[in-house]
Amino acid sequence: MKFLLFLTAAALTAAPPIVIQNATVLTVTKGSFKGSVVIQDGKIKEVGEKVMIPPGAQIIDASGQYLMPGIIDAHSHIAADSINEGSVSVSSMVGIEDVLDPEAISIYRALAGGVTTVNVLHGSANAIGGKCQVIKTRWGKDREGILFEGAKPGIKFALGENPKRQGMSSGTRAGGGQQYLRYPGTRMGVEDVIRQAFNDAKIYQAEWKSFNERKGRGENPIPPKRDLKLDALVEVLEGKRLVHAHCYRADEILMLLRVADEFGFKIKTLQHVLEGYKVAKEIKEHGAGASTFSDWWAYKVEAFDAIPYNAAIMVKKGVLVSLNSDSGELMRRLNTEAGKTMKYGGLTETEALSLITINPAKQLDLDNRIGSIEPGKDADLVIYDKHPLSSFAKVQKVLIDGSVYFERDRDITDRQLREQRKKQLLEKEKQNQPQQKKNAAPGRRPA
Amino acid sequence: MKLYSFFLAASLIAGTDDTFVMKGVTVHPVTGPDVENASLLVIDGKIAEIGDAKLKTPKTTKVIEAKGLHVYPGMIDSATEIGMSEIGSVRETSDVSELGDYKPQLRAAIAVNPASEHIPVIRANGITAALAVPDGGVIAGQASLMHLDGWTWEEMAIRIDAAMHLRFPVISTGSFFSRTSYPEAKRNYENRLKSLSDYFEQARRYQKAKAAAGPGFKTDLALEAMQPVLSKKVPIMISASRERAIKEAVAWADKESVRVVLAQVRRPGSALALLKEKNIPVILGPTQELPLEEDDPYDEAFTVPVEVHKAGVKFAFGSFGNQFSRNLPYQAATAVAFGLPYEEALKSVTLYPAQIWGVDDRMGAIEKGKDADFIVTDGDPLEVKTNVKRMFIRGREVDLESKHTKLYKKYLARP
Repeated sequence: MKFLLFLTAAALTAAPPIVIQNATVLTVTKGSFKGSVVIQDGKIKEVGEKVMIPPGAQIIDASGQYLMPGIIDAHSHIAADSINEGSVSVSSMVGIEDVLDPEAISIYRALAGGVTTVNVLHGSANAIGGKCQVIKTRWGKDREGILFEGAKPGIKFALGENPKRQGMSSGTRAGGGQQYLRYPGTRMGVEDVIRQAFNDAKIYQAEWKSFNERKGRGENPIPPKRDLKLDALVEVLEGKRLVHAHCYRADEILMLLRVADEFGFKIKTLQHVLEGYKVAKEIKEHGAGASTFSDWWAYKVEAFDAIPYNAAIMVKKGVLVSLNSDSGELMRRLNTEAGKTMKYGGLTETEALSLITINPAKQLDLDNRIGSIEPGKDADLVIYDKHPLSSFAKVQKVLIDGSVYFERDRDITDRQLREQRKKQLLEKEKQNQPQQKKNAAPGRRPA
Repeated sequence: MKLYSFFLAASLIAGTDDTFVMKGVTVHPVTGPDVENASLLVIDGKIAEIGDAKLKTPKTTKVIEAKGLHVYPGMIDSATEIGMSEIGSVRETSDVSELGDYKPQLRAAIAVNPASEHIPVIRANGITAALAVPDGGVIAGQASLMHLDGWTWEEMAIRIDAAMHLRFPVISTGSFFSRTSYPEAKRNYENRLKSLSDYFEQARRYQKAKAAAGPGFKTDLALEAMQPVLSKKVPIMISASRERAIKEAVAWADKESVRVVLAQVRRPGSALALLKEKNIPVILGPTQELPLEEDDPYDEAFTVPVEVHKAGVKFAFGSFGNQFSRNLPYQAATAVAFGLPYEEALKSVTLYPAQIWGVDDRMGAIEKGKDADFIVTDGDPLEVKTNVKRMFIRGREVDLESKHTKLYKKYLARP
């Protein structure tokens, strides 16, 4: 409570600067050294072996500990009340921003795992899915408070088994028996859905262009009918909305790159991209990033050629690679997921750390704000007790915008308090409940 | 291609040679202090001596120089679907769950496909043995402890009847979508419990009938398979996760007088004291999981192992699948980060599973007289960065190539 009061007070007056001292600082982009970081107004002000300590600064002593940039998970579904609008093959009119739940406990758990920025994606039920939302794990803030202000909007695409699932039954042929079928049922159909959608978007874009031109000439044209679904795709065509495409197999990855080439837009990231290592050359040529798992495989047919060396091969072939979790559990251990790439493919410490910091920041076009410890960037920082790439490391403190949002010590001391409060609430609930009839028939609970 | 034939040749040579001395290594016996700059002598597939640099061996003994590397016992995964399931989403590739409620005669070992792509993938991370566990129904069948090397399942098998897997009945009101009322669920549970006890009674009567009967006695394969359980030769592996289920399972096992290993223990609570008192070991896992309840501490799952350790209960880890079996050591490592002593973590993937599955006379530690089942690493096997450089099973070197390393090399070389 005292801590909360302190934070509020601090926010009202100008927050005092913070200096994190004596840490092993893993900047990711500018090397690693024993030193300090000065934070002012939520931003990193100074980084170095020796720094000027501003007067009145709050000191955090991190002797024997490790400081790294806040972890960025480029693929997650936490804090969203719903994930898939799967009734249609193209659902670019819907978006995660409308279903965010700032009180989801998954936010706190991610925070406790050192994750400070999350790309919350629509699901993979359809070829063109809904819009994504980048958030910061500012636990305790309201819906507006968790949004990553100024983050470029994104959209989810999906290829392969998931988007074709509703177009197939148990047989090998598309169709065959399922009652409610939805096109597409094959990888051919998935491509068709995307091409048709962008064909429509081009026509729609041209209609608006012509309307605006005529209006500009002083004519009085009738405006085209607004189409919320195509609006988002026009933004993609104009480079204003980033495409994050779920994919597995090399053939479908190549297909999407070629469709994007055909319509003149870019794929910002390929997600999962488990066979990315087979077409790394083509991915690099297109300029797409790749966001993959460390070692998932064999859970379905399209994941049977997945290898834990995927990230390393793509890095070596010049692709911008990140590691993501797609899981509220795994996202708490992205540091050791990154560590695995040192074994699987021999990446260096810095390359491994980049996979969960600066690289996903670039993939979200947010590398001017986050992803490394450099002056001018957001003070999103994690303190670990051991080197974060070690199996034995755990998070001690997490700062976002220069404010402490997680402290392990505090979490532990608060446990008793929370337990007490829970008991009190349960007691209160019991008292407030009307007395139940003793011989009432034990009925079915409503489903 | 050249690389491939090299490995083939290497494994052929190693296959005929299970006598050698490995020099310059740090041996981590697990049961005793580490031995630096050791010479590890293996004769006929067994550990013959752990000596210092001056250890005298016959001139003809093959010398393997492994300066600076570390020797640890091969790790043992105490619950997998190894060789029994290939691709999670494809029913045709799974032989884990058979129909019916009581099938003690089923044996996991014979459904372990020695050519499964999972086997080399898993052993590449230092796992030399795994328990293949059948599932489904009440008595699912016999779980088999398998070496992760062999041309046939027979060669792989260490103990075909390592345990009888029982899924202990629980009161289940079903999922969110299909709810059963509590009284109905309780009735179902009581019926299942009764039928389980009846089944054991039947097995006992069968035993008596068989002892009393003369020629012409009709053998029953299922009840026959129950006899080693009744005589406590084979432990019964009971999946029970929470306090209440665990207490009920232990009370039931007491009544039936069977030997028990508890599996998938997740929230034992006050049942831990009972497990300690009855000397019942536990298979944990997976413990890299989300907390069970919304208001649990964020590290609730990570701290289960230290809680079990503090209670003095013996435990081992299981991955309960195939996909993440190779991450078995990291489960143990996460437990260390959250309070488990390091030595306990290492034992929980080596010595303890060997003891729990009754094979500690042969494996689980680097000791004179035991099988030479060990790994040679460039560091601590619980660290994600560590590479397993070589592996020996019964003294024979095992190929560490897998589908994954082959695809890696193939596509890294793509122009």
